[in-house]
Amino acid sequence: MNYLVGLLSVVFFILAITVISKSLKLNKNLSGENESDSALDSHNNSNAVGFLLFWLFGTIAGVWSFLHSQPDFLPEAASAHGVKTDSMFWISMAVVTFAFFITNSLLFFFAFQYRNDKNRKATFYPVNHKLEIIWTIIPAIVMAILVFTGWRTWRDITSQAPSNAVVIEVTGHQFGWYVRYAGNDDSQLGNINYKLIDETNSLGLDFTDKNTFDDFTASELHLPKGVPVLLKIRAQDVLHSVYLPFQRVKMDAVPGMPTKFWFTPTISTDEMRAKLGKKDFNYKLNCTEICGRGHFGMAITVFVDEPADYKKWVAEQKPFLTMNPAYLSKVPENLKAKASKYIPAEPIATDSTAVEAVSVK
Amino acid sequence: MSTAISTTEEVIAHGHDHGHDHEHEHHELGFIRKYIFSEDHKTIAKQYLISGILWAFIGGSLSIIFRLQLGFPDMSLEWLRPILGEWIDESGKLDKEFYLALVTMHGTIMVFFVLTAGLSGTFSNFLIPLQIGARDMASGFINMLSYWFFALSSVIMFSSLFIETGPASGGWVIYPPLSALPQAMPGSGLGMTLWLTSMALFIVSQLMGGINYICTIINLRTRGMTFTKMPLTIWSFFFTAVLGLLSFPVLLSAALLLIFDRSFGTSFYLSEIYIQGQALPNMGGSPILYQHLFWFLGHPEVYIVLLPALGMTSEVIATNARKPIFGYRAMIGSMMGITVLAFIVWAHHMFVTGMNPFLGSVFMFLTLIIAVPSAVKGFNYITTLWKGNIIFTPAMLFSIGLVSLFISGGVTGIILGNSALDINLHDTYFVVAHFHLVMGAASFFGLMAGVYHWFPKMFGRMMNKTAGYIHFWFTFVGVYAVFFPMHYTGIAGFPRRYYSFTALGNDGESAFTDLNAFISFAAIITFTAQAIFFFNFFYSIFKGKRATQNPWKSNTLEWTTPIVPGHGNWEGEIPAVYRWPYDYSKPGSEADFIPQTVPHSATPESNLPEENDEIAKEKEIESLLAAQNESYNR
Repeated sequence: MNYLVGLLSVVFFILAITVISKSLKLNKNLSGENESDSALDSHNNSNAVGFLLFWLFGTIAGVWSFLHSQPDFLPEAASAHGVKTDSMFWISMAVVTFAFFITNSLLFFFAFQYRNDKNRKATFYPVNHKLEIIWTIIPAIVMAILVFTGWRTWRDITSQAPSNAVVIEVTGHQFGWYVRYAGNDDSQLGNINYKLIDETNSLGLDFTDKNTFDDFTASELHLPKGVPVLLKIRAQDVLHSVYLPFQRVKMDAVPGMPTKFWFTPTISTDEMRAKLGKKDFNYKLNCTEICGRGHFGMAITVFVDEPADYKKWVAEQKPFLTMNPAYLSKVPENLKAKASKYIPAEPIATDSTAVEAVSVK
Repeated sequence: MSTAISTTEEVIAHGHDHGHDHEHEHHELGFIRKYIFSEDHKTIAKQYLISGILWAFIGGSLSIIFRLQLGFPDMSLEWLRPILGEWIDESGKLDKEFYLALVTMHGTIMVFFVLTAGLSGTFSNFLIPLQIGARDMASGFINMLSYWFFALSSVIMFSSLFIETGPASGGWVIYPPLSALPQAMPGSGLGMTLWLTSMALFIVSQLMGGINYICTIINLRTRGMTFTKMPLTIWSFFFTAVLGLLSFPVLLSAALLLIFDRSFGTSFYLSEIYIQGQALPNMGGSPILYQHLFWFLGHPEVYIVLLPALGMTSEVIATNARKPIFGYRAMIGSMMGITVLAFIVWAHHMFVTGMNPFLGSVFMFLTLIIAVPSAVKGFNYITTLWKGNIIFTPAMLFSIGLVSLFISGGVTGIILGNSALDINLHDTYFVVAHFHLVMGAASFFGLMAGVYHWFPKMFGRMMNKTAGYIHFWFTFVGVYAVFFPMHYTGIAGFPRRYYSFTALGNDGESAFTDLNAFISFAAIITFTAQAIFFFNFFYSIFKGKRATQNPWKSNTLEWTTPIVPGHGNWEGEIPAVYRWPYDYSKPGSEADFIPQTVPHSATPESNLPEENDEIAKEKEIESLLAAQNESYNR
């Protein structure tokens, strides 16, 4: 990298000298210019040189700032589809940067090269159908390729989640996230109903559905590594958006319309800590849809565990009903027997804070 | 403001010749009818321009305030308390809700009030009659109403900045339910009501303007001004008006449904909401419906602000490169393509909003198609410069700047239009960088090019060129310095509309502390540099050097009017048009430009073989004079 930077700086140094010597030469010519022509003035050549200098220093600044910022970009994608979209992103970036550089360079060079000269007349060149066709077709082909690869990736990402996917529900609210797991006994999330929400049952768990009994909530998101995860996404009040930057996952949370996104985490938290050399690194889930005052702080921590650790963590979690036995009264008579299995013999210390997500005021 | 106009209008009045043969009333209009409730398209254009400039400074200063927060998060903003009052909290920081209000109002003001009204309103009004050879707009009265609806809408929007609960704060897209529920944020109370009222009036104004532009272009072209002889500016205003006329009503319907949801208990956008300890009764609505309706305008809106800028740039580049615009018909074709495609790409703003992913694929295809006509335009501009003989007037500098920004911002659209890549980039600074370059800055540069180029026609005086050069270079370098680095924070996953980046965790915010400070610093410099323009503009209205008849040696019709055209634009007959507007540096011709009014029979030395056939048509064109006068006397 240092070698590259060194090489580039030599190249730019030479270019800079060329440009400056050229502009000096122009300035000499300037003195003889007469200003009778109103639209044209003695600054015409300076402006032309300006475009050349802008091109030169702009290129230096662009390359330097990219190299300087690169270490702070998101690290390698920590999900299976993220690796694909990342590589597609950088390939597309290379293509468009090439187009960007060529066209801008031509623009600035032509501006400089064809600056006004009293002894020259512009070339009358109104049309060339062949050229028009060429530069319609070339971008069309490039677009077609980009669209096609993009579409295939998009189709794979948005396809049905595999049947073995772990289902986790994330619910956005002003200003935090609730996380709910399907529990240890069935892999089904129970129904929820927004009209049942109260201070403790902040998700509106519906206890007339037997799938609800073993569901547990958490204030952090734990994901198993290497296993497909299906996020079911809800919002309670306004729009939010689930953003897992390191996993390249983003999907809006919409009140009244559950959304979903499935992906496979590929790098565990520990592995990412080792890769980045940051012992206290943690994945995050952020909000990316404006939702009010606390929007910018609406984040929870995400852990990607080895499958065994994940199983262990899940097994340790207590269902909501176990933590809040009072809700047994909401269970219909015919299901009471099934539900009472989750009621502890002795009341445990209620820990309702588990459902309170991080909230920034 | 009105005095600014009045001085120059006095010049107009004095230079006004009453010997027209058309039967307009020629009694002197009173002050109010002449400068305030004027039906003259030139006065209305100036009203739009000056309103737009004032709005631009308001919109810009809002962005500077939130850039202070983003660039210097530890800075005490106590010194802003005299202006912002309670919006600075006890710790001397910007209030978090007010931050969102600033972001929202900056977007609303810039997109609608500056770049829609200030750009298209100004130049469509000013140039359409002058460049097609018409005495005024098809309906001067509707045109006047159009401005005054805009003015009323401006007053309402401006007043919302001063109410206690703050202006609308849900982002310029005002997605419900956030914008529908006053309990979700204070800005969704009275501020949002005012926003919606203001926008409804604004849309009325745009529709009245648009229908006028279309009627005028179709019906009032002078004899000989066929569609293929129209300058590209007129083509661009025509497509812009069509876009606005078809898409703004959809925004009005979106706003009306939102008003119903807010005030009359309907559930168009609301469903299953639990907020502030209360479950709302609304069921069955869809926030996605709003997004579809909004972006059905919102995307064409991008082209509504951009097309006029591109049209004016075509004119300025051809004139100052002393060369015909390359690919005149391809330019029209690509604008037509953009216009049609603009209506069927809206959902690329919604790839990850929960919309059906199949729709995402369809819109990705359509979106990337629109890149093709855009690329053609870019190439044509560059080829127009090739072998030109370029005069760098301030307008020309801004036009070249526009092409550069259009390319630089446009290429990242190819990335964002790809739904698979949009997953990670959606709502990050990458998007902010993209649209500020391609639509914000590019259109702004078009506006500036237009002002510098047509200022002599507007006010009969010249703007100071040296100040124009300095203004350009500060702005050009500044705009790149502000928006280019935002791509980097976007790739790093920084979401937009964030008050601070601390919650990204892992010390992520510190990575770009310097960069954010740099961006803010560049923004302040760039904004300050606009003062050069401000003083140049207002000073030159009164004290600028007197303009000559045709200062840029341009071919189009507006330069055949008196230096300060009076009511009716041309004294005597409206000139006939015999040729396209881009005969610059034509081989064989002594002069390096041949105005549109010069018949081919007068230029045998420079006619191309096929143009000799045009000579036969000249009689026909001249014979239309009686009919044309007839139509004005009716």
